[in-house]
Amino acid sequence: MSAQTSAPPRISFWNDPFWRGLIFQAALALFVIALIWGAWSNALDNMARRGIPTDFSFWNKPASFDINQSLISYSAASENGRAFWVGLLNTLLVAAIGVVLSTIVGFAVGAARLSKSWLVAKLATIYVETIRNVPLLLQLLFWYNAVLKPLPAPRNSVSIFNTLFLNNRGLFMPQPLPQAGFGAVWLALAAGIAAALALRFYARKRQRETGAQTPVGPLSVALIIGLPLIVYFMAGRPLAFDIPKLKGFNFDGGMRLTPEFVALELGLTLYTASFIAEIVRAGILAVPKGQSEAAAALGLRPGPTRKLVIVPQAMRVIIPPLTSQYLNLIKNSSLAVFIGYPDLVQVFAGTVLNNTGAAVQIICITMAVYLFISLVTSFAMNLYNKRMALKER
Amino acid sequence: MKNSVSLALLFAVAFAAPSLAGPTLDQVKKRDSLVCGSNPGLAGFGLPDDKGQWTGFDVEFCRAVASAIFNDPKKVRFVPLTAKDRFTALQSGEIDVLSRNTTWTQSREVGQGFEFGPVTYYDGQGFLVRKKLNVSSALELSGASICVQQGTTSELNLADYFRTHDMKYEPVAFATADETIKAYDTGRCDVFTTDMSQAYAERSKTANPDDHIVLPEVISKEPLGPAVRQGDDQWFNIVKWTHYAMVQAEELNVNSKNVDEKLKDPNPEVKRLLGVEGNFGEGLGLTQDWAYRIIKNVGNYGEVFERNLGDSSKLKIKRGLNALWTNKGLQYSPPVR
Repeated sequence: MSAQTSAPPRISFWNDPFWRGLIFQAALALFVIALIWGAWSNALDNMARRGIPTDFSFWNKPASFDINQSLISYSAASENGRAFWVGLLNTLLVAAIGVVLSTIVGFAVGAARLSKSWLVAKLATIYVETIRNVPLLLQLLFWYNAVLKPLPAPRNSVSIFNTLFLNNRGLFMPQPLPQAGFGAVWLALAAGIAAALALRFYARKRQRETGAQTPVGPLSVALIIGLPLIVYFMAGRPLAFDIPKLKGFNFDGGMRLTPEFVALELGLTLYTASFIAEIVRAGILAVPKGQSEAAAALGLRPGPTRKLVIVPQAMRVIIPPLTSQYLNLIKNSSLAVFIGYPDLVQVFAGTVLNNTGAAVQIICITMAVYLFISLVTSFAMNLYNKRMALKER
Repeated sequence: MKNSVSLALLFAVAFAAPSLAGPTLDQVKKRDSLVCGSNPGLAGFGLPDDKGQWTGFDVEFCRAVASAIFNDPKKVRFVPLTAKDRFTALQSGEIDVLSRNTTWTQSREVGQGFEFGPVTYYDGQGFLVRKKLNVSSALELSGASICVQQGTTSELNLADYFRTHDMKYEPVAFATADETIKAYDTGRCDVFTTDMSQAYAERSKTANPDDHIVLPEVISKEPLGPAVRQGDDQWFNIVKWTHYAMVQAEELNVNSKNVDEKLKDPNPEVKRLLGVEGNFGEGLGLTQDWAYRIIKNVGNYGEVFERNLGDSSKLKIKRGLNALWTNKGLQYSPPVR
């Protein structure tokens, strides 16, 4: 049979899969746009009809309320927009510290679950199974009360060397105040880090060429910590401390961790770490046993086997679900509202919303902010994942 | 959970048909019940009792409105609201009337699209402190940690007061009144601040109420009253005149027990109020005996006050500013005529 492919069969325009697909896509897109536009204009119309503010003029109006923890200068005379930034920074602070701490705890517990020591493995199992099966909100309330209840009033504070004070208003610490000449210490720290990087580069080159290894770890620590310390003492210790003092009702001066912050951080970290521990355990178990056996056959000791063979392969399995846990932690930080920590939801979607009545605008902004933070985190983790992923050549 | 009300508003304004702005009274009648936003945990003002029955001064106001419409004080569905969520619930149409110890302020009325009915309770903000601190005046509170409920005028007055007197303080804000008083009771704060009437009610929730005192300073004006959405004058009038009828009844000495006898009272003011003479309910979209229903089912202003806040209650609050104008108070009703 001779192939009759010279001319494609004549089909109607309507039945051509290409055009048909295009028409349906366009119709769907139009429908979605019309729906959004309709909802938007209907919302504005309904709001205007009921006298609900529809603009963003509230942003520059005075906030008139105080916030007890702020990373930037803020007072009741500041505007609502400023309160937004205070809340956002408080959210980011809790989230950033929480991500770091929960990673450390999670990796440690995950490794502990695989420990050959029966006791360590069982303790890790108990931790994971208890913490991840109790609702986070209950845990936060528990920590808030567990942290707060047993602590003494300011006048009977637990004092540590008369510089650290612990009471039910928080943990008060001396605040370091850099004096003239402290800049040299920063310079020394920068030099130490640069030297450590250079050392690492040199050690790699040396190993490639001669096979000899250099103790990079201990030397780097010595450079990064030792160098600034030496400069600090040579410059005559240019650092003063503002030590908190009991004044009236409470301590004045110094730095302070509020009970709300500690409880939120503790709750978020322990909760997220229990999930991360399981992800880490799964990641390590996902590396076939043959890999470590092969490394042993090549003569690698257990330390380098872990570092060079197991962990790099485990990380490929760990990173994608780890990203989800980071995102969960960031979003869960909005539970702060229940224990009085002034995060974005409490300050902005709470008090500012209530004082201005601009509910629709404020909820939209808040949702957009969480979306943005989550997308940025996810983007960063995807970059890292790409670096760690199996290179197919 | 906490933002579900706000999200509901988002969807309500986005997808609701514009007809939502229509007369509230028709909707209430069609639904056969009034939906009233109330405080779920403030003794004396709004609180479900051990049988699940809602009680309190603000709750009875809603029962009075329901009586005027349905002649049945039970046809009310109460929606418990936190201070933070209350306005969004009213904006979104989830409730017909907000009767939840809410302060009437200019920005709430003009800026947020509400209309406040008459002041049902004249209040002011005060401070609750521990006796053992030996503080006798609010001016000695510099440096104190102060627990306050979020989204209230208390939070704003507090900032004003300490700014005016150039004192420092640490605000610790919580979403609900319960969390706020609990944090104060555990020692997180030196001071708990709220409206005077509430300060007494909340004090009873602490472990040892006798260890705490309310400082004498009243730092603000807190006119509390019911609020409705703007743009429905008929509904606003019903809410307004429900309160006025109760005040008028007290002034004319008409109460839930003698109201039937008073139907025969020759006083023309009583006749007009009870609908014996003239039909003043018609203009409100109600029946001729609208005020009679309120007084018969709920009582006059004095009775409601006495039962929930006064000497017959645990709170034992004096009438003070809330006495009738004839007794040197501020409660005053325009005449029904």
